[in-house]
Amino acid sequence: MPRITVTVDEITYEEEVEPRLLLVHLLRDRLGRTGTPIGCDTGNCGACTVMLDGVSVKSCSVLAVQADGSEVVTVEGLSSGQEWHPMQRAFHAEHALQCGYCTPGMIMAAIDLVRNDPDPSEEAVRRGLEGNLCRCTGYTNIVRAVRRGAQEMAGRHD
Amino acid sequence: MIPAPFEYVRAGSLDEACRVLAEAEEAGEDVKVLAGGQSLLPLLRLRLAYLSALVDVGRLAELRGVEDRGDHVFVGALTTHDEVLRSEVVRELVPLLALATATVADPAVRHRGTFGGSLAHADPAGDLPAVALALDCVFVVRSDEGEREIPASDFFVDYLESALEPGEVLVGVRVPKLGPGWGFHYEKFHRTAQSWATVGVAAAVRLGEGVVEEARIALTNMGPTPVRARAVETALRGVPLGSSDGERLRQVCDLADEGASPPADLHGDPAYRRHLARVLTRRAVVTAGA
Repeated sequence: MPRITVTVDEITYEEEVEPRLLLVHLLRDRLGRTGTPIGCDTGNCGACTVMLDGVSVKSCSVLAVQADGSEVVTVEGLSSGQEWHPMQRAFHAEHALQCGYCTPGMIMAAIDLVRNDPDPSEEAVRRGLEGNLCRCTGYTNIVRAVRRGAQEMAGRHD
Repeated sequence: MIPAPFEYVRAGSLDEACRVLAEAEEAGEDVKVLAGGQSLLPLLRLRLAYLSALVDVGRLAELRGVEDRGDHVFVGALTTHDEVLRSEVVRELVPLLALATATVADPAVRHRGTFGGSLAHADPAGDLPAVALALDCVFVVRSDEGEREIPASDFFVDYLESALEPGEVLVGVRVPKLGPGWGFHYEKFHRTAQSWATVGVAAAVRLGEGVVEEARIALTNMGPTPVRARAVETALRGVPLGSSDGERLRQVCDLADEGASPPADLHGDPAYRRHLARVLTRRAVVTAGA
């Protein structure tokens, strides 16, 4: 079986993996990082979105062996100590969730969006999050939260 | 779901990939090339495909990148959709490719999915095959026996079937620049943000004094392969795009679906797709000519 080295939320792991093991299963079943949920079987929902070497990916559509040598950041790696990431705070403040299942993926996709567009318009947020589905809130509060999170990440406050 | 078991080989060079593929084919194995995996891994996960081995070319830097080569732009097969979109060379010299790539899936998928992977997958509902066909791109492929070129018109053979022979790897694609005076548009109709095109139209139009001098039109998801809409291309010659002549343009674009054999699925029956092809072609031509 292939042996891989992968860094997840700043901890480096060496694992023997079956080639067919998906990154999301490595994270959840082997490394206990259950903050990243699996929402669909088709690559559509985006709930399992993580950062792989600095860019967003759907971890259900990446093999663990493909992540060999890479750095993964999950939603669990965003806070520093007791302090939440500004995007996490913004989702909390704007009540950008109901059941919360899509939230980890939404937050990771939102951070990726802000990486490219530090002050996104409503339209840019809606387009940037097209790969992430929420089945309860209707997106209004999510869009508001992402724009607020972007402001806070840039150190701007209303 | 979890894919069925398969062997995995990470190729350290293009030559190694070709050799492993050739040996696997010889041994009668069902082997496929893995690039970004954004089409292949969902198929394996849903167990719509079973393979005995994957040859991962994902780390071959020689297959990656965009290069201006005079009369064409060479796009390496492993260049991701995101890299294509960020390429100034693509945006300025072959804008139709950027316009269509921007509609592919969503940002996370575009980070992993590759230009060559989408083409080699040969899905008629994919956006890039129609672009390759409209622009008469040339596919450069490599095997143990050397390199050969395949014109786009020969590359798409059937549903999910390309002209790649066993043991061949797509190296990259030559995308012609077409030259000055051309306008471009990709018009896509789909029901939800990241779904496949119900129908898509790739259009390149060259105008002279408001009249179409030359047009290139190819259709997405109007048959088992992308379709070059030759009848409408010919009929568009000499047609003015000004608003007062809308009726003539409408009549001409009603030829858009000639020769197509659109599929029936949950998103539409063949008659609906034919209607879409006509309407979307008109919109694509007008926008490309604007």
